[in-house]
Amino acid sequence: MNLCTTSDLRCAVVSIAAAMFCLSTAARAADLTVYTALEADQIKPYKAAFEKANPGINILWVRDSTGIITAKLLAEKANPKADVVMGLAATSLMLLQKEGMLMPYAPAGLDKVDAKMRDPAASPQWVGMDVWASAFCVNTVESSKKNLPEPASWADLTKPVYQGQIAMPNPASSGTGFLMVSAWLQMFGWDGGWKYMDELHKNIAAYTHSGSKPCRQAAAGEYTIGLSFEYRANKTKKGGAPISIVLPKEGLGWDMEAIGIMKTAKESEAAKKLADWAATPEANKLYAENFAIVALPGIASSMEFIQGDIDKMLIKNDFAWAAENRDKILAEWSKRYDGKSEPKN
Amino acid sequence: MATETLILPDRAVAIAPLRQKLGRDDWIMRGAVVALGLWLIVTVLLPLWALLSKSFQATDGSFVGLANFQAYFANPALADSIWHSVWVSLLSTVICVLLAFVYAYGLTRTCMPGRWLFRIIAQIPILAPSLLPAISLVYLFGNQGLVKWMLFGASIYGPIGIVMGEVFWTFPHALIIITTALAISDARLYEAAEALRASPRRTFWTVTIPGARYGLISAVFVVFTLVITDFGVPKVIGGKFNVLATDIYKQVVGQQNFRMGAVVGLILLLPAALAFVVDQLMQRRQMALLSARAVPYDPRPDATIDRALLAICSLIAFAIMVILGVSFFASIATFWPYDLTPSFKNFDFDMMDGGGWRSYFNSLVMAGLTALFGTAVIFAGAYLVEKTPRFRAIRGFVQFLALLALAVPGLVLGLGYIFFFNNPANPLNFIYGTMAILVICTISHFYSVSHLTAVTALKQIDREFETVSASLRVPFWRTFMRVTLPVCLPAVLDIAMYLFVNAMTTVSAVVFIYAPHTTLAAIAVLNMDDAGDVAPAAAMAMVVFATAAVTRAIYMLLTQGYLARAQMWRKR
Repeated sequence: MNLCTTSDLRCAVVSIAAAMFCLSTAARAADLTVYTALEADQIKPYKAAFEKANPGINILWVRDSTGIITAKLLAEKANPKADVVMGLAATSLMLLQKEGMLMPYAPAGLDKVDAKMRDPAASPQWVGMDVWASAFCVNTVESSKKNLPEPASWADLTKPVYQGQIAMPNPASSGTGFLMVSAWLQMFGWDGGWKYMDELHKNIAAYTHSGSKPCRQAAAGEYTIGLSFEYRANKTKKGGAPISIVLPKEGLGWDMEAIGIMKTAKESEAAKKLADWAATPEANKLYAENFAIVALPGIASSMEFIQGDIDKMLIKNDFAWAAENRDKILAEWSKRYDGKSEPKN
Repeated sequence: MATETLILPDRAVAIAPLRQKLGRDDWIMRGAVVALGLWLIVTVLLPLWALLSKSFQATDGSFVGLANFQAYFANPALADSIWHSVWVSLLSTVICVLLAFVYAYGLTRTCMPGRWLFRIIAQIPILAPSLLPAISLVYLFGNQGLVKWMLFGASIYGPIGIVMGEVFWTFPHALIIITTALAISDARLYEAAEALRASPRRTFWTVTIPGARYGLISAVFVVFTLVITDFGVPKVIGGKFNVLATDIYKQVVGQQNFRMGAVVGLILLLPAALAFVVDQLMQRRQMALLSARAVPYDPRPDATIDRALLAICSLIAFAIMVILGVSFFASIATFWPYDLTPSFKNFDFDMMDGGGWRSYFNSLVMAGLTALFGTAVIFAGAYLVEKTPRFRAIRGFVQFLALLALAVPGLVLGLGYIFFFNNPANPLNFIYGTMAILVICTISHFYSVSHLTAVTALKQIDREFETVSASLRVPFWRTFMRVTLPVCLPAVLDIAMYLFVNAMTTVSAVVFIYAPHTTLAAIAVLNMDDAGDVAPAAAMAMVVFATAAVTRAIYMLLTQGYLARAQMWRKR
């Protein structure tokens, strides 16, 4: 501290005092810490609507990719910071459930929620919000430049003509990536799924961290085809990108975004209010602006650039199997594809 | 030290009987060294220990010995990363240190025109997150790259991109150390060389290089460890080329496999530790360069050398400007590469990942606090470690801790902070999730380079200053305030700027410990790039850069007059 002149010291003291004041005022408000993997452009309206309906509660988002949020929650298991986990893949929430980190709670209006979209227990540990499903983004400018046919199916993607043209999310970090891998393993069987991925791997130019990135890279022409999900595809096209959106005809991989309350929630009353709100028609109307299928049946969705009936194209998905085998699948995936294609020097 | 020293002609004789009797200064300094040691134990060693102990544990916390390491080496993709990391880091280090040496030589030892401008341009990379060069390289050499043809069909995604990005990013780090080493030299040595009719080449190899040796070795050590532990550049541009730093990130973030992350962290510590040992061995030979009788060196014009260095430095400076310019261009384009009309669309951060504009203001606060407290702790600490008489074992240990931080990858440090500070049994648990933990973590993360800068500056002050002061019964803090601090003022201010700027730009250490109300700008860059919002990521990186640049400019204007006065004594 020899370096401080008097004015430096005073400045330091003032800033510490200011910082402590900020912290103490922040702690007094009903701040609800919510870990989420929702897209950044989705959470604003959700927050505004919830806070309007529940004055006095302030949502603090911790947003990241599915993998990071799940990792964070597990790393902090000894001393969790989150009150609520909202908009995280159901397979990840089931992992937390297995670790005994979630609080059973039946939100108001639970009976109206689609039975397939919730933890079946009477007091569920998680309740689904919406379904998100895989989609391809294909850059039309680049594919006409390179004379590439538009792929229509998962099988098409393994054709040699697409070599080095495809970006796909890394399933280890991205929920969107994981739901694809899980879908292939369920559609084509364990061996058939890996055989398919071996073929696909030859055409993959990049495995990205996030599920949105392949679509945005396709939009920027960095790669011609991005394996992504329908919300991002719709939104990117709406933003003016020269892409066409393809739903592969064999069936779509999918997962649910769901909400669950942490057993250790410090703001448990506010947390329950958020869980209640998440199951209301108001909330579901907001989800429906982004997704085709939401937890409350009968709420119509509008995704202007998505052609086809997503509901009918979803594969039969065994979530319990996917959550149970998540570690095994990811270990196998990374052993096979993580950096292995790089030529040896 | 005591007055007897002056009376007795042989100092060795004088010191021996003093061993039993320590003065008040000695006790204060020793107390402060111990306090510093404890601080470093809590902020570096214990988090590291918390993490390393994870590498020997199963998921349930039971001890499993080397089982995790066996699992690691059973995975060929992971084992490959070791070799990848080592050769990419070696190559980047060689290129970076060579370029930085030539550049530093041009700045300090020639009369080439525009040195002040070159000095400013060279600082550019340090003012931006390491993600910025990688993003720019994608815009330059990616599949839609402006000058993709320059790679002759090779892909920028992989070792080429990593090496280019790392050289850009580490360049100023090497330059600071080498310039400090080259800036202060004893003109008498050059006068002697000239009097002995040594050729310029011989003078270069026998006077210049040995004089800068310590700086060069430090630079190699610093750059190598920075590269091997950086994950920003390989994250953005590494493609499928795995390195250890991205492996940690993937293991921990993607697979939630903390034990394996800890294993990779341990492996990553090995080359860094080796570099550290080599550096320590070389350092023993270092002697004070600037004796109390030294005369500063003033370069004389030499048309050939000045012109050659001007050409090389211009090339390097041009490359730096291009990389910066591309990110700027991309950040104001409406929809790269299909609609290049300028717009501010990419600056609407509140609709994107990373916490929006609030992250930016958080970064400002965090960087300010880090600079203030970090500089005080680090410089005072370096002084104590260097100048406390005897007390060798403890000083050595504190020095080891101070440099250890450099060998600890930010990701490992950040994860260690989670395990250590988020443990409810830890009495320091209350700082978890606050701005304080970000500041403390950032100080620890950048401790070593600042410490080395301070030590390099301090080493150049002859110990005779202290000896003389002590013999005049001047307390050590007065010598510190009246001699050491003014002499080292350039280094002190550089440390403060270095900490501020790095706190603005750092990602790796803080990425695991930021809280919802403490999101940071550089993490926003990472998150936006991860989500594929590359242009907004470039935009945020430019905002960070602009902030750091403006701060730096203000600092230069404010301090120029003062520094010139304070450093007047160096002139003849």
